[in-house]
Amino acid sequence: MGRQSLKKSHEKIQELSWDPQYATPADKYTTDYTFEKAPKKDPLKQVLRSYFPMEEEKDDRVYGAMDGAIRGNMFRQVQERWMEWQKLFLSIIPFPEISAARAMPLAIGAVPNPEIHNGLAVQMIDEVRHSTIQMNLKRLYMNHYIDPAGFDLTEKGFSNCYAGTIGRQFGEAFITGDALTAANIYLTIVAETAFTNTLFVAMPSEAAANGDYLLPTVFHSVQSDESRHISNGYSILLMALANEDNRQLLERDLRYAWWNNHAVVDAAIGTFIEYGTKDRRKDRPSYAEMWRRWIYDDYYRSYLAPLEKYGLVIPHDLVEEAWNRIWNKGYVHEVAQFFATGWPANYWRIDGMTDEDFEWFEHKYPGWYDKYGKWWENYNRLRHPNGHGPIAFEDVDYQYPHRCWSCMVPCLIREDTVMDEVDGQVRTYCSETCHWTDAVAFRPTYQGRETPSMGRLTGKREWETLYHNEDLADIMTDLGYVRDDGKTLVPQPHLDLDDPKKLWTLDDVRGYPFPSPNVLLNEMSPDEREAHMEEYRRGGPGGRPAKETADA
Amino acid sequence: MAEDTKEDTQQQQKQGERSVPRPQFTDAEAGALTFPSSESRSFNYFEPAKMRATTYEDVTVDVQPDPSRHLTQGWIYGFAKGPGGYPAEWTELKSSDWHVFLDPNEEWERTIYRNNANVVRQIQYNLDNAKSEKAFDRWNGAWVTFVERHVGAWMHIEHGLGMHAFVRAQRDAPTNMINNAISVNGMHKLRFAQDLVLYNLELDDQIEEFDGKAHQEIWDSGSEWQPVREVVENITAIPDWAKVVFVANVIFEPLVGELFRSGLVMQLAAPHGDFVTPTIMGAGEADYDRDLKYTRELYSMLTGDETHADHNKATLNEWLGEWTPRVLDAARQLQPLWSQSEAKTVRFEDSLEQARARFAGILDDLGLETPQEVK
Ligand SMILES: [Fe+2]
Ligand SMILES: [Fe+2]
Repeated sequence: MGRQSLKKSHEKIQELSWDPQYATPADKYTTDYTFEKAPKKDPLKQVLRSYFPMEEEKDDRVYGAMDGAIRGNMFRQVQERWMEWQKLFLSIIPFPEISAARAMPLAIGAVPNPEIHNGLAVQMIDEVRHSTIQMNLKRLYMNHYIDPAGFDLTEKGFSNCYAGTIGRQFGEAFITGDALTAANIYLTIVAETAFTNTLFVAMPSEAAANGDYLLPTVFHSVQSDESRHISNGYSILLMALANEDNRQLLERDLRYAWWNNHAVVDAAIGTFIEYGTKDRRKDRPSYAEMWRRWIYDDYYRSYLAPLEKYGLVIPHDLVEEAWNRIWNKGYVHEVAQFFATGWPANYWRIDGMTDEDFEWFEHKYPGWYDKYGKWWENYNRLRHPNGHGPIAFEDVDYQYPHRCWSCMVPCLIREDTVMDEVDGQVRTYCSETCHWTDAVAFRPTYQGRETPSMGRLTGKREWETLYHNEDLADIMTDLGYVRDDGKTLVPQPHLDLDDPKKLWTLDDVRGYPFPSPNVLLNEMSPDEREAHMEEYRRGGPGGRPAKETADA
Repeated sequence: MAEDTKEDTQQQQKQGERSVPRPQFTDAEAGALTFPSSESRSFNYFEPAKMRATTYEDVTVDVQPDPSRHLTQGWIYGFAKGPGGYPAEWTELKSSDWHVFLDPNEEWERTIYRNNANVVRQIQYNLDNAKSEKAFDRWNGAWVTFVERHVGAWMHIEHGLGMHAFVRAQRDAPTNMINNAISVNGMHKLRFAQDLVLYNLELDDQIEEFDGKAHQEIWDSGSEWQPVREVVENITAIPDWAKVVFVANVIFEPLVGELFRSGLVMQLAAPHGDFVTPTIMGAGEADYDRDLKYTRELYSMLTGDETHADHNKATLNEWLGEWTPRVLDAARQLQPLWSQSEAKTVRFEDSLEQARARFAGILDDLGLETPQEVK
């Protein structure tokens, strides 16, 4: 910035805003929160005159690195195990980014504070940047990685795969419902402040360990915009706290947003980092260790807990329970196993685990082999088509799970599963909190108080319902996860591309009807249902069905 | 935390170094093997406009899903009173396929930053030059007053429309292509507003009698500006995203925006020995030219729609009927600004005539009727 100091410029641009005298902006996006207009500073002093050239320079570095990676034949060193999971990750993430851009007017409308508005508008265009830079990275992968299948159908896969739908919450939740719940608590206070740490810090270092240094370049560049977003959100939170009437809603929203982010992000990123890597150095931190450091210590203890003195009710119990799910209940392992079980409904290939992986898991998560080892041995045994079905249809001591109506990750920690009739439908939930999210939080009243702006959970939330009892081959055809020979599947439960006989085709998955657990559950009589659920809850870990004789 | 993990960490600290992953030769490079889809190297879920998809299409199309395309489970969050996501019903206009619209400016990350960074650099360069040449010394008192007040007032319009019309509207359109174009438009306005206010600050530093606060009073109570302000505020109050963009870019911009920027400021500056203000105003004019491109593309797609052309034309004509008189009236109230200048280089009626012709030309391109008032 020239001779005018940034401070002076920033003060001056505050003169741009004005209070309407004739008509107020349309308030399409309502909130049940109340804000009083109070001076609130933008500590980061964002001025577009310096912002645009700064970002342009960051772009130049990213694109320089991309050219360099191609010239340096980066893909000769990239691990396929890792890159395959990028087909899922990079199909999801541009949508949350662009949704964050779309969320900004919700926050601008809710908060009557012009200085904050400026920061939010800058965030809007940052997010357009993030979305398109990530799409471009994915295009580069498609062009230069050995197996483009799955990258080539990316946004379609995101739109019609159950895994894309799980990820879509981390996006739709920013732009829908109560404006403040969505654009501030869910998006900024929880998603950006807590969970982008794992997305944008943990993911890149794991990528680098797997030979990919472009993902780190792009994501560090994205992350460098993030501190401004976090600062926007923090200012709004402090303003919300200033009004006592908001505290009940803040408590509700923090519980919902924390738990949903944990359920969704830890499922995905945990799987990528633990099961998508070839880096099995014993001193490489596990996802649990990273989580403990970045989410528990840095976010929960250093950022969130100090807000208690301003009257914020912190969901201590849910933070501890999220950790408990990760550390004691095997959340990430259960999810990775589920993804691998469902491989023939995916659009990426999933490598099996080897002895070296087993050793690492046992070292990092003592007791891992007893729970999951046998299943992964079966996964390897069944990896090539040889007259048997995909692993989900073979007897490997695994019960296909019910799905959580709220977070849409299956109910994998079987003993925690909750069943309830809500809105005239019998639904299952992975946890008490997910049940509360649907039955209590996303409703027009909350604890006796009117919450007319609160959103709703909608849509065909159990993916399996769409294809109840249809043949797997027909489902795959309908999804479009078929390669350009018209018969070989995009997904494969291994990485072997050297021999066409090892690749599964539509013929290999024909004759397997795929039932919807939720449809079946609703068809049962109430007694059957209770018995079924009692047995389901006795199942696990590792998806094992309950032993025949209950101790009851 | 596992005990052995702690040991690992301690061991590393003892050794004073962390192990690093070893690169491995994987040969995971394109072309290393041939197998089904090994050459499938283009996004295959959309039809590019030409033979090959552009970078813009690749990074933009279908990022915002749509139940009428690939989205099978529907929107998973809803509003209290209606569906979530991006319902097509959020505008009265209809399209047989909203996804046909592509931004002719092909805006994505790189173009956005390159373009706006160039603009702010150019402005800074011009300002530095002007200062070193002591260009502001040549301004007379009347011109200083004009710039501090009226060029000053204009920044509020850009800011208000940027923040509360365009940034808001980019939440609502049914495709990513439309929403991105609108958000870039919003940033242009916000940037231009800041260009103007920082210019004001610079003038305040450079010219002794320049009153850097005068713009606020004029905007709040100057009689010439109140009708324009009323129009601007009412534009921000329109809930329909396509109506906001139409009223702002098709009606307001030619009849008031260009009228003031090109039809007045750019004409008066030179005779007053001011060669700097036109370069700043020129940035706003260039922004509008750029934004008008996507606007034309969008609304001509709608007026040429195979099934909804009539409905769309009728709706747009209705909007024109509702808004043209208000905007034109506000434009006329600006007339005193033309007579404030000593240099009678330009008459209000001439400037307005030009604005009308421009407006009529845009409507003609869109296949819309020119309202009675401007004929
Ligand atoms: Fe972002
Ligand atoms: Fe859940």
